[in-house]
Amino acid sequence: MNFGEFVRWRHARGALVVQPRMGFADPTVMRAGLLATRRVDAATVGTITLDSYTRVGDLDAAGHALGQGLALNGYPIVNHPPGTTQAVLDGVLAEDFPVQVRHGSARPLDIFAALIRAGLHATEGGPVSYCLPYGRTPLAESVANWAAACELLLTTRQDGVEPHLETFGGCMLGQLCPPSELVAISVLEALFFHRMGLRSISVSYAQQTNPAQDLEAVTALRRLCAELLPGADTHVVVYAYMGLAPRTPAGARRLFASAVRLAVAGGAQRLIVKTVAEAYRIPTIAENVAALEHAAATARAIPRPADTAGSGGQVYREARAIVDAVLDGAPDLGRAIVLAFRRGLLDVPYCIHPDNAGRSRSHLDEDGTLRWTRLGNLPLGGLAELRRQDPVGSTELLCALSYVQRTFDAPHLEEV
Amino acid sequence: MTSTARLDPQPAAARDGRPTAVVSSMASDAHTWNLIFLQLLVEELGFEVTNLGPCVPDLLLVEQCRIRRPALVVLSSVNGHGYQDGLRVIGQLRGAAGLAGTPIVLGGKLGVSGEHRAERVAELRDAGFDAVYDDRPDAIESFRRFVAARVAVGRP
Ligand code: B12
Repeated sequence: MNFGEFVRWRHARGALVVQPRMGFADPTVMRAGLLATRRVDAATVGTITLDSYTRVGDLDAAGHALGQGLALNGYPIVNHPPGTTQAVLDGVLAEDFPVQVRHGSARPLDIFAALIRAGLHATEGGPVSYCLPYGRTPLAESVANWAAACELLLTTRQDGVEPHLETFGGCMLGQLCPPSELVAISVLEALFFHRMGLRSISVSYAQQTNPAQDLEAVTALRRLCAELLPGADTHVVVYAYMGLAPRTPAGARRLFASAVRLAVAGGAQRLIVKTVAEAYRIPTIAENVAALEHAAATARAIPRPADTAGSGGQVYREARAIVDAVLDGAPDLGRAIVLAFRRGLLDVPYCIHPDNAGRSRSHLDEDGTLRWTRLGNLPLGGLAELRRQDPVGSTELLCALSYVQRTFDAPHLEEV
Repeated sequence: MTSTARLDPQPAAARDGRPTAVVSSMASDAHTWNLIFLQLLVEELGFEVTNLGPCVPDLLLVEQCRIRRPALVVLSSVNGHGYQDGLRVIGQLRGAAGLAGTPIVLGGKLGVSGEHRAERVAELRDAGFDAVYDDRPDAIESFRRFVAARVAVGRP
């Protein structure tokens, strides 16, 4: 069973699959974290999250940190010898416990080679979402790198496995991007993977700031996959909120419970959780386990909706318009994506990467709904309603970024 | 707000006479909301800001600071590698022509364990930072006070 099959199988049998964002530099700790994830009484999959030096390809800095015993924010899979990672996974990785590598690299070839050597074949990212939010690599270079990485990943079929890729496009910078553009990028990356030959694909969506709008987004994502990727084995993965997290444990737990409700109501098969330490630091194994247990228990207590079909409303209409405009740009999808950013047909608010046009802007309504303030050249004229257009200063920006934190912390502030 | 600076040389002082500041991440850190926030804040404090953006290689950071001769350098790191990245770049910055006396500060979430470690802050200051703001609630206020005390900003 590959990663995608496992997730769909567990979901079909009634469970929401839950997964941590976990990564530790020390192989012994990494192994303990995977084992603890596996032992959680829930449908779990394991994660190896890589450190930032590995993500930017600075193997010397990763090596220096390992040598000096300096702390890293993840597992340096390229620096650790293949035998080390195999030992981390030995007796952990199994038919009923797939493991995915999460990284954030626009130059992912070394990482793909290392994970394949370790016997893994599930990872995530995408030419756009692992480029624009993750540094300064030019987009065209990232597209070429990701095409090569897909080809490399497909070689695992020789071992009789079906590799799996998840888009990170449904997250991008984590905050303040109206859901329609997140959905559009997630779908475009899935199409990119599919055209490269992948068959087992998951599409992501990161919880944003308004539950009704989020539900529309997940529905739109499922509808677009059905329309545009009918031949692929796809599932939807929801990310618990990826912006400034509540500072109080109770506030964080309430927020992350709302992510579970979104996943269940939206018919998503998998959820990536966050922990009560999110606002402060890298979480411990125990905190990850508690977050997985909390998410699974919350999911079990919510009845599945009888019918998750839906139109996807305004999010669907905008996302479809963006996807169609991008696909119209060039027959080769990688090229079409590069052109779309050049022309501003894709333009992520507040993204300062040089290949992002930077002419679109967004804001939060009183109820947290994300709205466009300025469209730039996004193909949404006549579709999206603009309610205000004044610029945002440092105080208002911080206010918008901390909307979720404030809202969920408010009842619990005496705990801090 | 503009995109990451195009990296051609630019005049050191802003045309309207405001002092200039460089806001930057360091080589391994991809986070940008902190940089966007700091750019707006430092602009509101009266500076013309060049935002070098995320994942700035050491050489590029030193080169840009050397060319621009800013009145203030604000480094930010939130990914947990701030201590080691900060220790690595500060010597290079101080060694570059014209930057020996420039106010250079570092702030953010500097380690992966979230604890405030006074000895690491002291180490960074000894290595050459004028001020280091670990992730405490009063960081922004202290930073404002530092700028007011150390960097002259002409009233418009
Ligand atoms: C959004 C986000 C992302 C987005 C970033 C998109 C982008 N391009 O910006 C994405 C999803 C891509 C991302 C990726 C990663 N992230 Co992240 N991310 C966050 C998150 C959720 C919010 C950050 C945010 O928006 N901040 C908004 C700004 C305004 O606030 P701030 O950054 O905290 O800055 C404030 C203060 O720190 C201070 N400050 C900052 N700099 C300076 C400088 C000075 C001089 C002063 C005075 C003050 C100051 O002022 C600001 C305003 O109060 C935080 C967790 C959280 N805070 O809730 C994690 C977090 C910062 N990420 C983290 C990590 C580790 C990563 C990754 C390495 C992945 C991983 N291993 O988990 C990668 C980064 C890869 C890389 N190469 O660096 C960790 C850092 C852990 C630590 N320091 O111990 C955090 C804390 C999450 C966690 N608990 O694990 N992330």
